[in-house]
Amino acid sequence: MIDASKTLSINNMIVPIGEERNLLEVARRAGIDIPTFCYHSELSIYGACRLCLVDVEGRGIVAACSTVPEPGMIVKTHTEEIRKMRKVAIELILANHDQNCTLCARNTNCRLQTLARQLGVDTVRFKRTFERRPVDRSSLSLVRDPNKCILCGDCVRACDEIQGVGVLGFAGRGAKSSVVPAFGKNIADVECVNCGLCATVCPVGALVPRDDVDDVWKEVNDPRKTLVVQIAPAVRVALSEMFGGQSGTIEVGRIIAAAKAIGFDQVYDTSFAADMTVVEEATEFIERKKKGERLPQFTSCCPAWIKYAEQFLGDFLPNLSSCRSPQQMFGSIAKKLLPEKLGIKREDIVVVAVMPCTAKKFECKQSKFRRDGQWDVDYVLTTQELARMIEEAGIRFNELQPQSFDMPFGFKTGAGIIFGASGGVTEAVLRYAVEQLKGVKLDSFEFHEVRGDENIREADFNLDGIVLRLCVVHGLANARKVADMIRKGEKQYDLIEVMACPMGCVGGAGQPVANDWEVRRNRAEGLYKADKMLQLHKAQDNHLLMEMYDKHLKGGVGGHDAHELLHTSYQNRKRIHGLTMSVSDAGNEAGLHISVCVGTSCFVRGSQALLKQIVDYITDNGLSHVVSVDATFCTENCDRGPTVCVGDKLIFKATIDEVTKTMNEQLAGVRI
Amino acid sequence: MNAPNALKYNAAQPKEFLKECAALFREKTKSMKKRIVVCAGTGCVANGSLDVFDALEKKIAADGLNVHVTLDYEGETRQGDFLRISKSGCQGFCQAGPLVNIGDILYTGVKVGDVDEIVETTLKNGGIVERLLYVDKHNKNRKCLGQKEIPFYQRQTRVSLKPCGLFDPEDIVEYVAHDGYEAARRAWCEMTPETVCEEIKVSGLRGRGGGGFPTGRKWELTLKEKNDKKYVICNADEGDPGAFMDRSVMEGNPHCVIEGMMIAARGIDANEGYVYVRLEYPLAVQRVRKAVEDAVTFGILGDNVFGTGRSFRLHVMEGAGAFVCGEETALMASLEGQRGMPRPKPPFPAQSGLWGKPTVINNVETLAAVPYIILQGAKKYREVGTEGSPGTKTFALTGHVVNTGLIEVPFGATLREIIFDIGGGVIDEKGEIANNAFKAVQIGGPSGGCLTEKHLDLPLDFDSLRSVGAMVGSGGLVVMNKSTCMVQMARFFMQFTQNESCGKCLLCREGTKQMLALLDDVIEGNGSQQTLDILDQVATTVAKGSLCALGKTAPNPVLSTLRHFRPEVEAHIFQKKCPSNQCKALCKPEILADKCVGCTACARKCPVDAISGERKNVHVIDQDKCIKCGECVKACKFGAVVGI
Repeated sequence: MIDASKTLSINNMIVPIGEERNLLEVARRAGIDIPTFCYHSELSIYGACRLCLVDVEGRGIVAACSTVPEPGMIVKTHTEEIRKMRKVAIELILANHDQNCTLCARNTNCRLQTLARQLGVDTVRFKRTFERRPVDRSSLSLVRDPNKCILCGDCVRACDEIQGVGVLGFAGRGAKSSVVPAFGKNIADVECVNCGLCATVCPVGALVPRDDVDDVWKEVNDPRKTLVVQIAPAVRVALSEMFGGQSGTIEVGRIIAAAKAIGFDQVYDTSFAADMTVVEEATEFIERKKKGERLPQFTSCCPAWIKYAEQFLGDFLPNLSSCRSPQQMFGSIAKKLLPEKLGIKREDIVVVAVMPCTAKKFECKQSKFRRDGQWDVDYVLTTQELARMIEEAGIRFNELQPQSFDMPFGFKTGAGIIFGASGGVTEAVLRYAVEQLKGVKLDSFEFHEVRGDENIREADFNLDGIVLRLCVVHGLANARKVADMIRKGEKQYDLIEVMACPMGCVGGAGQPVANDWEVRRNRAEGLYKADKMLQLHKAQDNHLLMEMYDKHLKGGVGGHDAHELLHTSYQNRKRIHGLTMSVSDAGNEAGLHISVCVGTSCFVRGSQALLKQIVDYITDNGLSHVVSVDATFCTENCDRGPTVCVGDKLIFKATIDEVTKTMNEQLAGVRI
Repeated sequence: MNAPNALKYNAAQPKEFLKECAALFREKTKSMKKRIVVCAGTGCVANGSLDVFDALEKKIAADGLNVHVTLDYEGETRQGDFLRISKSGCQGFCQAGPLVNIGDILYTGVKVGDVDEIVETTLKNGGIVERLLYVDKHNKNRKCLGQKEIPFYQRQTRVSLKPCGLFDPEDIVEYVAHDGYEAARRAWCEMTPETVCEEIKVSGLRGRGGGGFPTGRKWELTLKEKNDKKYVICNADEGDPGAFMDRSVMEGNPHCVIEGMMIAARGIDANEGYVYVRLEYPLAVQRVRKAVEDAVTFGILGDNVFGTGRSFRLHVMEGAGAFVCGEETALMASLEGQRGMPRPKPPFPAQSGLWGKPTVINNVETLAAVPYIILQGAKKYREVGTEGSPGTKTFALTGHVVNTGLIEVPFGATLREIIFDIGGGVIDEKGEIANNAFKAVQIGGPSGGCLTEKHLDLPLDFDSLRSVGAMVGSGGLVVMNKSTCMVQMARFFMQFTQNESCGKCLLCREGTKQMLALLDDVIEGNGSQQTLDILDQVATTVAKGSLCALGKTAPNPVLSTLRHFRPEVEAHIFQKKCPSNQCKALCKPEILADKCVGCTACARKCPVDAISGERKNVHVIDQDKCIKCGECVKACKFGAVVGI
């Protein structure tokens, strides 16, 4: 029996009201789809696209996304009036839209296209108001095309609410509104962490992962080059979606076959490198745990998280694991060992990584991952891009005969597979660390405590008196929450896994576009199934990995070579670099440099006036040819501003008297 | 202002305190012989009233007259008769400014050069400078002495505006002396939040910001929300073109707004409030700020309101320069430091407003009406106005009307009374009074609609206006004569809303742009049946589907033009003709052969040599060359050039 006090009517159907926040969710649960652009269950309600309009008896036309379901409501979702209004809405968008569907990365996978078709929009009766604007291709990870933007604000909210980054925002008013990175800069010049969540939520092609397929094809077709490809764990449970497969289906054999058919010479598994990450990171963790230093240890596999930490959590940088991500470990090892193994020159090896991720594209092009003039990883392709190469090569994916990875880097344990799901790294490390700490072999290998899809998960393990306090986080805003709690002393952890994307890499922005928890869950399930199907589940049981350590890496796990090839360091990106403004330039002859901080806090404390006084003093005393003065940004001493740096001396709460005194002291030194 | 030192009591003993304040004011003004009030509303200031004030002050001082500018409440009371000169807020009769009131006399159009004569004649000898009096052209050019004789004032019912022009808006003691803060005292000391809400509910007060939502009900809903933090916000982000009611109240009677907010705070049990004032109203900002400071100094506002131990803190914040910030959810976003964009409702501010707390947000005029209701009672308040819309409403009367300015009338007054009695009639394109030149009234600003001749006797209130597709809006009243093209009028307002749309919701952002483009088509002579059809469809879609009130009402000028002036729009489209000859592209200037005397004046004036003809022969216009500048029409003394 349906409780009539908890039902409403939609299109004459009696529908139960559950825990839904709004009419839209009620309708969708009842199997009636109401079109939207700006509604995402994970994001705040925005109410801007006006497509989810429905007719509620007694109230008239309301937006379903912001109407609370009430018992007895009589709702109509597709009245003649609403149909017409939706059509007008779509036409209004199209009048101010690029409309160049065939040239769009989201062609056939675009909500605007789909809705225009569903609503039967066959002509745009309105004036074309479209004005072309430049496309932002500055980012290594993403392309932002304002010509396609429909201003639904999904990217703005996702970046802010889920990732806590907030580099995208609205600028301009009314018809001049646009979504832009902070201060209208290019996306590469703001604090974008390259996670690509914006592209995942974008209903159209205004934000898409950068496409490097052409460059990779060129390498494939270059006979001098040996192409080495590594396939990340999360790719294998999602790629087949592009070919009509179910999410979560493990298609690794066909992916290998396809890669070979495209022309990749060696096809390896990133999971091999993930096993390597496990032993390195777990060893590092055990050491820190034993010494009780730099805890909690944060994982370092997710490049979006790394950039986020470098930008916003500078005080936690020492806590990051120094391990490179599996992608970069693979590249570094491949370029070291393959020349000898394959008998080719190092510079002729091209390492391509197929990743579920857009941030990996940024990661691989950091100068610290370049050795002897060569990138460790030359190209990163997303799952989507590999699928497109498969299509372009005319390969019938579903008809391929599965093949196996090349050895030795194709060999892995389940530990390296589950990396692709949030909680996987933690579980893999546990499988290693628990054995190490307890000193016994474990029979079971699954730690269900750290699995799941909650944003922040905690688990404690008591190993004969040693307590391991673990935390698993996805979504960078949640990482900040955890960091804040740690700073305040509210929480204490030993190991924290952070992944930027919802549910970890399976929900990465390079995956086939599916903004759906169900799909992400299926993919994660696929990975755990793949783990089960393997014989080995612990990284330490990967004998090919151990053999590699023995033969090729001096010092073994955590040793000298490992440190050089498998570990890295981090840079604090909080500073604004290269923006020093010369105020008074003494040229190359300058005997003394003075820099005055004009960051907000120092500015408020009068640094601007101080700067003027200093310049006046220099001019009045005929020192312009000796002393150079710069205006700089934050020196991170905001509470002690104005900060002035005179030569090598940093002056806090600077006054003109103190600055001139120090200046004269330093000049006396120069003159002597 | 440091009056409390002169007083024995303080605000912790409110009854005695307010009484003593009033007594102090009476004592200080006991021997005031005459009061000179110079209007310092924006209109008069723009016309030089501040210079007049300075000149008066100087002249009075130079002539050795005993004069006070501000009353010195601390020092000794001056002996002997004295004059007091002060500035007031907007007195409403902007058309006739700068205004100088001396006792019962109202001088209009006063210039600095008039000051000596005023001092000599009126201040020294008690005479009248006749030439500065208002002349009632409808009544045998009768000279009117003051407000009581001027029809513009006579026909109004000034309640909210009454003190404007009487009080010194910067003197809290004077406000208290006129029963100021007595209503707030009653609300805080003698009434419960429930009885406050009840009184307002019974009064039938409706929101003056445009929507007309019952204020008492709004308060009651907010009172019901349980939260230890609630806010009262005064929406003073008045942005409609041509509307300046809120500004005038803030400039002329700022304490009244604060008192209204205090009563609202008591009604909903809030302890913090914000006045969000439009950035472009510097004088209003200054006066409200001063009023808040004074009220804090007096111990009326602050942590111990009237000795009750309860607090009400009030902040004044300047707006962010966007029209949309007058929309309540956008306003709150702006207060929070966010981009001023509306959000969907529900949740309503009563449930989740500023910083997620229950919030009451009322317009200036609404709040200014509150003290009167508490003081005089709901019953008395209901004596004017209509059943559904009690009380009075201020309107900004502008356009083709003799007396432009700020007026206050009871709800239920008709347009005829407003335009012809108070406004003094319609003026035609030559600036002459010509009542048959009336064409329409645009009411409610860019969100409103137009009313025509057939609505002249419609009693104006919230519901009657809505029934004819217009709205009270904030209260702009633009009178238009027959030379106005209604398509141009709709375009003007559409341009405004299009510029001011925040850009968040699709329908408003793109829809207003398209409506503007479609109106341009009509004006340029490129309209067709389809233009009309899709204009109608977009306007309806935007009106029904937009996110906020700005979008929902943006198409009103278009819809109401289509409703009341369809033949005029159709003439543009199908006959390619603008009946009022305002749309240049549709104009076809021609010279009437029977009127042209061949004086060559038009040909000589034509900047592009489009007119040809021999002297004393009929001239002709070359349509291909003509740029439709209209110079020929102005040049012709015989009315022979028509069509432009």
